[in-house]
Amino acid sequence: MAHQISVFVENKPGRIERVTGILAEASVNIRAFTVSGTYEYGVMKLLVDQPDKALGALKAHGIPANKREILAVLMEDRPGGLHRIAKVFGQRKINMEDAYGFVIEDKKRAVLVVDVEKIGEAEKILKEEGLSTLTDDEIYSL
Amino acid sequence: MFWERQIETMPVKELRRLQLRRLKKTLRQAARSPAYSKIFKARRISLEKIRSLDDLKYLPFTTKEDLRESFPYGFVTMPLEKIVRLHSSSGTTGRATAVFHSSKDLEGWANLVARCMYMAGVRKGDVFQNMVGYGLFTGGLGFQYGAERLGALTIPSGSGNSRRQIGLMKDFGTTVIHIIPSYALLLWKLFGEMGLDPKKDTKLRIALVGAEPHSEATRQRIEEMYGVDAFNSYGLSEMNGPGVAFECPEKAGMHFWEDDFLVEVIDPKTQKVLPDGEEGELVFTTLNREAMPLIRYRSKDLATIFPECCRCGRTHRRISRIKGRSDDMFILKGVNIFPLQIDTTLMNIPEVGTNYVVILERVNFEDRMIVQVEVRPEIFKGDLWQLENLQRKITDALRSELLVTPKVELVEPDSLPKSEGKAVRVIDRREM
Repeated sequence: MAHQISVFVENKPGRIERVTGILAEASVNIRAFTVSGTYEYGVMKLLVDQPDKALGALKAHGIPANKREILAVLMEDRPGGLHRIAKVFGQRKINMEDAYGFVIEDKKRAVLVVDVEKIGEAEKILKEEGLSTLTDDEIYSL
Repeated sequence: MFWERQIETMPVKELRRLQLRRLKKTLRQAARSPAYSKIFKARRISLEKIRSLDDLKYLPFTTKEDLRESFPYGFVTMPLEKIVRLHSSSGTTGRATAVFHSSKDLEGWANLVARCMYMAGVRKGDVFQNMVGYGLFTGGLGFQYGAERLGALTIPSGSGNSRRQIGLMKDFGTTVIHIIPSYALLLWKLFGEMGLDPKKDTKLRIALVGAEPHSEATRQRIEEMYGVDAFNSYGLSEMNGPGVAFECPEKAGMHFWEDDFLVEVIDPKTQKVLPDGEEGELVFTTLNREAMPLIRYRSKDLATIFPECCRCGRTHRRISRIKGRSDDMFILKGVNIFPLQIDTTLMNIPEVGTNYVVILERVNFEDRMIVQVEVRPEIFKGDLWQLENLQRKITDALRSELLVTPKVELVEPDSLPKSEGKAVRVIDRREM
C-alpha cells in the first residue's frame, strides 16, 4: 500500500513554498499533490517517492505533518479509465473521501490517489475487480 | 431640571459633612461582615480614629481578588433573609464576584438611576426602551427600576434581536433608549437596510449610552445618526451598576453622586491618592449601602476628576470619560473579558499549541474578536475536517466562557510572534 503525506498550511503567500523547499532540500520527489482548504488554512496532500524521509524533514522543521495509508490505483490513460474505477467503488458501495490523479505515461498509464474509510477492504475489492494498486516502492521506481 | 434639587445642588461643605456622617455609618456597618471584621482586626484599625474624610487614606483598599477570596457571602453584613437581590459580574469559571442588595439598597440604586435619567431630560410620559442585557448584568434591571421609579413607560426589550428592537421603537413610539454604543452604530445600519431613517421614522430624542468606553466622536455619530441627545453613563457592578456617574446636559464629564459614593483617584502603581485633575484609577467607597458596603474598592478604571463647578448647578464633581484600565481587562460588546479567561480556556484544549494572539477589530461598526491559535504539530492527522472540528471546539469553548463568540483561526506552529513570559497578547485595533 502507498502512503500519503498531509501538511497543515495557512492560506498565506509563501506557505507552500516553504514545504516544497524543505522537500527539495531533502531530495524528496513529489509525484502528485493537492491542496484543499478554507479561507484561512488548508491541508496539502503529497504523494512522494520517499514518504518517511519527507515526514522526517517536515517534522524537523516543526511543520504539522502526518503520514498515512492511501490507495494509489493504476488506471489507463484513455477515455473511461477513471470511470472503470469509479464504477467499482459505486457498485461496491465504497465512498471516496478525497481523490486526485496524475499521469505517468501519456496515453498509457495514470494513477488515481484515493482516500477511503476502510482502506484494506477497498484494496481487496479493487484486486478482485482486476485493478492494481501501487506500493511506496513502486511509486519510488516510477 | 433636578430630580432632587436639595441633594444635587447641596453646598460642598454640607456635602462633605454628609459624606463623613455616612462614611462613619458605612464603616460600622462594614465591620459586621466577616471579611471586613477580619481585615480591620488584622490591621488593628479602630473605626473611632476615622474622624475626617482625609482619614480614609488609613483604610486598606478592597480589590476584586478580596471579593473572590470571600466569595460568596464574606462581605455581606446582614442575615440572608434581608437580602433580596444578587448581581454578578462576568466571569464564569469561579472568577465571578457577587454583589448583594437589601430592599433599601435597591431603592437607593433605583433612585440614583432615576436621578441620572432625569438629569439627561427623561420625564414621565417618555417611552423608554432598555436595549441591554437583563439578568446578572446590572445594566438591564438597574435601568428598569430607575426608569419605573422616574415614571417612564419602560420596554424591557433586552439585548439583541435587532429587527424586533426597531419594530418596538416604531410600534410604541419609543422616545428614549439605553444602548451600548457599538450596538447603536450597528443597529443604524439595519435601519438603512430596512429602508428606514431613525431621524424620520422614530420619535427618539434621547439615547443613554454606556457599559462600554467610547469616544466623543462616537457620541456625536450616534447623535447625528439617530437625531438624539446622547448621554454617557458610567457604572460598575460592585457599585450597584449604572447610576454611579452620568452626564448632565452640559455633556462635559459625568457627575458622580457624592452623597452615595466617596471617590478617590489613585496612582495604580504607588497607590497614592492623586489630587483632582490628575489621571489615575478610580477608587470607590459606598456611602449608602447596607447589605454589602465596600470600602476603597479599586475599580481599575482610569479617569480624571474635574473639580470645577459645572454650569448645570450641580455641586457633585465630575469624572472624565474612562481612559482605559489599570489591569488587562477589555470590553467587547459590553462584556468584560479578562485575558486570563481566554488563556485558561485555550490551554485546557490539548490540541492547542503554546502560542496564540487575540485581535480586537471594528468592522462596519461591529466589534469582533479574532483568536489566532497555533496548533500542536503532533495532533495533526492530515484531514481538513479534523481542523474544522478543532476550530469549532475552540470557538464553542471560548463562547461558553466569555459569552461572546470569537472568530477562531488556526495557524501554523511558531508562526505567531513569541509572547514574553506569561503575558497574553491582546492587540486592540478598535478606534474608540
